[in-house]
Amino acid sequence: MSAPLLRVENVGKRFGGFIALEGINLDVANGERLGLIGPNGSGKSTLVNCLCGTLRNEIGRVSFEGRALDGLPAHQRTRLGMARSFQLPRPFTSLSVAENLRVPLLYTVKARSGITHAGADLDARCHDLLALVGLESKATKRPRDLTQVEMRKLELARAMASDPKLLIADEAMAGLSQSEVNDIVALLIRMNERGVTIVLIEHIMSAVMSFSQRLVVLVSGRKIADGKPDDVIRDAEVERAYLGQ
Amino acid sequence: MRTPVFIVASLIVAAVVYGLARLAGNDYVFFAGYVILQFVVLATAWNILGGYCGYVNFGSAAFFALGAYTTVALVKLPNLAAKYLPEGLASVIAAAVPPPIPVLMLAGGVIAGLVGLGTGYLTLRLRGVFFAIATLALAVVLQTLIVNWDYVGGSRGAYVIRPQVHALTGINYVEYLFVMMLLLSVTALTVARAIERSQLGYGFATIRDDELAAEASGVPTLRLKLVATTISGALMGMAGAPFPYYIGYLEPASAFGLAYAVNSIAMPMIGGTTSWVGPLLGALLLGTLQQIATVTISSAVSLLLVGLLLVAFVVIAPNGLLGLFDKLRQRIGAARASGGNARTGAA
Repeated sequence: MSAPLLRVENVGKRFGGFIALEGINLDVANGERLGLIGPNGSGKSTLVNCLCGTLRNEIGRVSFEGRALDGLPAHQRTRLGMARSFQLPRPFTSLSVAENLRVPLLYTVKARSGITHAGADLDARCHDLLALVGLESKATKRPRDLTQVEMRKLELARAMASDPKLLIADEAMAGLSQSEVNDIVALLIRMNERGVTIVLIEHIMSAVMSFSQRLVVLVSGRKIADGKPDDVIRDAEVERAYLGQ
Repeated sequence: MRTPVFIVASLIVAAVVYGLARLAGNDYVFFAGYVILQFVVLATAWNILGGYCGYVNFGSAAFFALGAYTTVALVKLPNLAAKYLPEGLASVIAAAVPPPIPVLMLAGGVIAGLVGLGTGYLTLRLRGVFFAIATLALAVVLQTLIVNWDYVGGSRGAYVIRPQVHALTGINYVEYLFVMMLLLSVTALTVARAIERSQLGYGFATIRDDELAAEASGVPTLRLKLVATTISGALMGMAGAPFPYYIGYLEPASAFGLAYAVNSIAMPMIGGTTSWVGPLLGALLLGTLQQIATVTISSAVSLLLVGLLLVAFVVIAPNGLLGLFDKLRQRIGAARASGGNARTGAA
């Protein structure tokens, strides 16, 4: 069996006396579509922040393609090929939609490859990404002119602009209608088909079930289930966590 | 417009400005013009960190004063050399001092840039109001050090004798200082404009908009902020370097004056912080008004004028003159479009 793309070993995180994560072990294989679920406060976002370098895990080890990430700042993890989208969209408000995509192209793809991209090359890449998410007509608009679903798509396109091997989508569908959710799921599957491994953190179960090949459940900072989605949702401990005793 | 073309165009404008100032046939134009140009540099330098990156620096006066005191330290070097160095070496130093103004500007820029880098390293993990307070503290600490540093005059201050004429060109020395500040303004504006249109400019904008998202997009935010504090500090130091020659007598209260900190912030705010044009507009407008107020009313009123204008702009045009122009342009565009539609409907 080939080495996992992402390996999380015994990761733990505390905020003062509160244990946010405890002994998390997780392997994510190359090309996988992994769903990560859990009730509010279960530690999903904390885990994402520890993986992406926004927070430091006091205990345990995170490695990406066999390389230990501990201590690396967020931008270096992005350059290694780990991208994320945020739970609440965080666009660069003073830049246009196309310029929002230009930033990771300049700072990640260029830094990684060491190649100075010509303006036309960057424009072509931006256009390709905008076409992928269906925002070509909004290229020159400011993020404030976008609808909620368009903002989510911009968030995903910006993450994709760094040419990642792994994309962690943190609640990319929160607050969207069912048709918009379907739209985003289809988009994430298209991204996965381009060879990007995706970890989807989500509360909308229909989206998680249709997207995920594997499902992991966190409750109170601990992993309580890991397996095929159909098996996991029938797990007694998962039912207890979601529905109570 | 490409940067080399911009430099040539700026130099032509600078030559025209100098020509018009000469045509006035009054030395006061150079005295007043020097101060306005000094504020063009300070406002542009402040905007690189404050406007492009969104980090408000209240310590502009400290960087300006560092440049000024670097000049004082260099000018007084022969005294020190005569005291502690062999006679031969001391006479070499005495022959080389005072160095020409461009060299003093470079020295002031290097010192202030290094202090900017150090300050950035110590304070840039702070954000918002905490960063602003830290920069204010830097000004207080530096002023205390200067007040207690006897070599540069301490609290008594230091005299720097300004020659009547510039030996090489034969022009009045204040006129020469005016030309130097004009060239420094062109340099500062070119640097600011080049940053704005570069990868660095994109990086700075992302820091201003959302630092967490910037990091997630691969932007090395800490390194970029250090670049911004260094460039900003260096330009402020360069602006301060000729100041002892301009004023003739430098004391901590004048070098660390409130006017520098307030104007450095107010001018870009009033002009608009998102572009290199904003600080230029703000400095020209406020600097000229202050000079007029100083001559016609009093120098104390000039700072009051800054305060009043700042309050007015924050209320009426929070994005400065540039924001106001943008809004006007949009309104005119919308009015034209609706006029066109009405005509089409009538037809």
